[in-house]
Amino acid sequence: MSTKKPDTPLLDQLEDGPWPSFVTGLKRLANDEGKQYAPVMKSLLGQLEHSYETRKGYWKGGTVGVRGYGAGVIPRFSEVADKFDESKEFHTIRIMPPAGFHYDTGTLRQMCDIWEKYGSGLICAHGQSGDIMFQGCSSDNVQPCFDELNELGFDMGGAGAGVRTSMSCVGAARCEQSCYDEARAMREVVNNMLDDMHRPSLPYKFKTKFSGCPNDCTNAVHRADFAVIGTWADDIKVNQDEIKAKVAELGRKGFNDQVVNMCPTRALSLNDDDTLDIDNESCVRCMHCINVCTKALSPGDKRGVSILVGGKRTLKIGDLMGTVIVPFHKMDDDDDYEWLVELTEEVLEFFAENALEHERVGEMIERIGLMNFLDGLEIEVDPNMISHPRTSSYIRMDTWDEEVEKWNARKGSAAAE
Amino acid sequence: MSEGQEAPRMPEESGVPDAMDYMHPLLKKSYGNWDWHDRPRPGVLHHVAKDGNEVWTVKAGTSRQMDVYTIRKLCDIADEMAGGHVRFTSRSNIEYMVDNAAAVDPLIERLEGEGFPVGGTGNSVSMISHTQGWLHCDIPGTDASGVVKSLMDRIHGEFTVEEMPNRVKITTSCCQINCGGQGDIAINIQHTKPPIINHDLVSNMCERPAVVARCPVAAIRPALVNGKPTLEVDEKKCVCCGACFPPCPPMQINDPENSKIAIWVGGKHSSTRTKPSFHKLVAAGIPNNAPRWPEAGDIVMKILAAYKEGGRPWERMSEWIDRIGWPKFFEVTGLPFTKFHVDDWRGARSSLNASTHLHL
Repeated sequence: MSTKKPDTPLLDQLEDGPWPSFVTGLKRLANDEGKQYAPVMKSLLGQLEHSYETRKGYWKGGTVGVRGYGAGVIPRFSEVADKFDESKEFHTIRIMPPAGFHYDTGTLRQMCDIWEKYGSGLICAHGQSGDIMFQGCSSDNVQPCFDELNELGFDMGGAGAGVRTSMSCVGAARCEQSCYDEARAMREVVNNMLDDMHRPSLPYKFKTKFSGCPNDCTNAVHRADFAVIGTWADDIKVNQDEIKAKVAELGRKGFNDQVVNMCPTRALSLNDDDTLDIDNESCVRCMHCINVCTKALSPGDKRGVSILVGGKRTLKIGDLMGTVIVPFHKMDDDDDYEWLVELTEEVLEFFAENALEHERVGEMIERIGLMNFLDGLEIEVDPNMISHPRTSSYIRMDTWDEEVEKWNARKGSAAAE
Repeated sequence: MSEGQEAPRMPEESGVPDAMDYMHPLLKKSYGNWDWHDRPRPGVLHHVAKDGNEVWTVKAGTSRQMDVYTIRKLCDIADEMAGGHVRFTSRSNIEYMVDNAAAVDPLIERLEGEGFPVGGTGNSVSMISHTQGWLHCDIPGTDASGVVKSLMDRIHGEFTVEEMPNRVKITTSCCQINCGGQGDIAINIQHTKPPIINHDLVSNMCERPAVVARCPVAAIRPALVNGKPTLEVDEKKCVCCGACFPPCPPMQINDPENSKIAIWVGGKHSSTRTKPSFHKLVAAGIPNNAPRWPEAGDIVMKILAAYKEGGRPWERMSEWIDRIGWPKFFEVTGLPFTKFHVDDWRGARSSLNASTHLHL
């Protein structure tokens, strides 16, 4: 029945045009006679064409997994298996890539060989959380396929109400704006939470993302429950000769328009001799001037991370950005990376104990208030956590004096350091 | 277990692999020691390390969903021309690293010859981030891969040059959960009718209290239909978001005619200049018109053209609109402004104009 090559007049239209076509790839697999996946992909093309005709999806979930793990396989059973039998089981295996999505071709080829043997031949690089997604595996082949990928050195990613696969930017591997070792941080943090990834029993998903600077190339601020974003605590580094060269390139008006006047806190001023004056006290580390003047300006030497928690997409209360819970922590030595791993663990534990079913970290904080969250984690409040102080007077403040004492004690201990 | 029978293999819980084992030697050599970069041409990055090490990166677009032959072809190119290593970006572009400027042009020629467009750097329109759609998702209203392919065919020219005011990040999502995330432009499914319920199946397939709890507007309540326990929806309250559909497949939200496409603008994740911002609705009611989605594409192209024309250097979409104002945005894009653009969800008051700052 569906092992015949299906007519796909709608999908065929997606083979035209200059952008690489996924349909051409699907067809190449479907026509790869002699390969175990050819009939599966013929059937799959038939079902996809049917979706294009009827404008509906036809997959349902179920329960498929591998020994020892409770998550990581996305089960897909066809609701139209009577018409498209060969692709009636088309599960995805989520595999965690290295931080920064680096590969040698030998590894990629071995992945292809394994997938050719057990799966559909279709690989997605990468999913929105960061997984390599091996899309289209029968129930029987999931275990042997995973075993071989696992032997190759790769582990199952996250799914369901657990810790999810993470992602880092290219970072220190190829970017001068990197403010910490993103790959090390991601690996140590995630590998400390593998139990909650592979045997998940959290209220809902928990995502981490690692960006090396406030440009936030992994979109951590919005797409992670726990966002680690690089920053620095001292002055922007300036090479005044390169500033002069940039002024010469853009012209004074161009430099003022594109650099000085776009500073969000008016911290920049072009001197009469075409050097740059930076009011570092006012700088909010937005990266703009550094992005424009890549030779002349760079993040300071005292580099580290900011931690923002609670980013998420629409369900259920609407999209939330993560908000600051740690304005700055240096990332110089082993103790710093240990601190980060422990903080993630504490946030995860608080989430596991206090969130309602199907509630994300950001929604939990919205419900209980940031102060209850900070108290639970024993994190001290900081003005960098807010856009502005409260505007509502409806608050009971009879312990005001005690809180003032805490602030004074903190300021005193900071001054003593 | 009987003698002679092997114990089943248990997983090696190895977690995230060490990136150093897979990284291009050129990158490993200067890890954490880079000094500056520039962009010699669209699609190419040039990084210089403090130790003098230099690396040229050529970035190319892919279809994200790739067959093993495409991946092997990408590997062949890396083996022959880029030291046998690649990396991917979070937007499914592939990057090749070489150690000299002379290796760049032949690499570009080869990639383009094999059908992989080179670009996506700096102030270009990069690859659209997307989701699974009809190909693999259990709740999709559309096919992200097809929408992205159709749009990238039209945007292709802007991927290969750097002519926008600043970078443009476009996203698509096949349902209102919005897996594609925030974008300078977001093309997302928007349902317009309440779910159609198959009452015969609800009690067997759905954990009813969990479904009731999932509804953002408390429009779902337990009910009996034909003597069977089921769920019903108060259609006056229902906002047609589809949140009930994933935990309860008999509450079908996808509708070939009434699941429309909406377009949003001004999402931004970076803290560059302005704080990160959410995208805002600008157009809706667009037909979910497979296989090429021409109506959605027309609106995206119109918005891109207006931004390209009116944006100043380094202004992202949201910053351009902040400067010119929403009245001007709707004027220059020719999009209608309706009552549906006025937010009424929680926190909506902060989106109203509580000032006399007016564009007249």
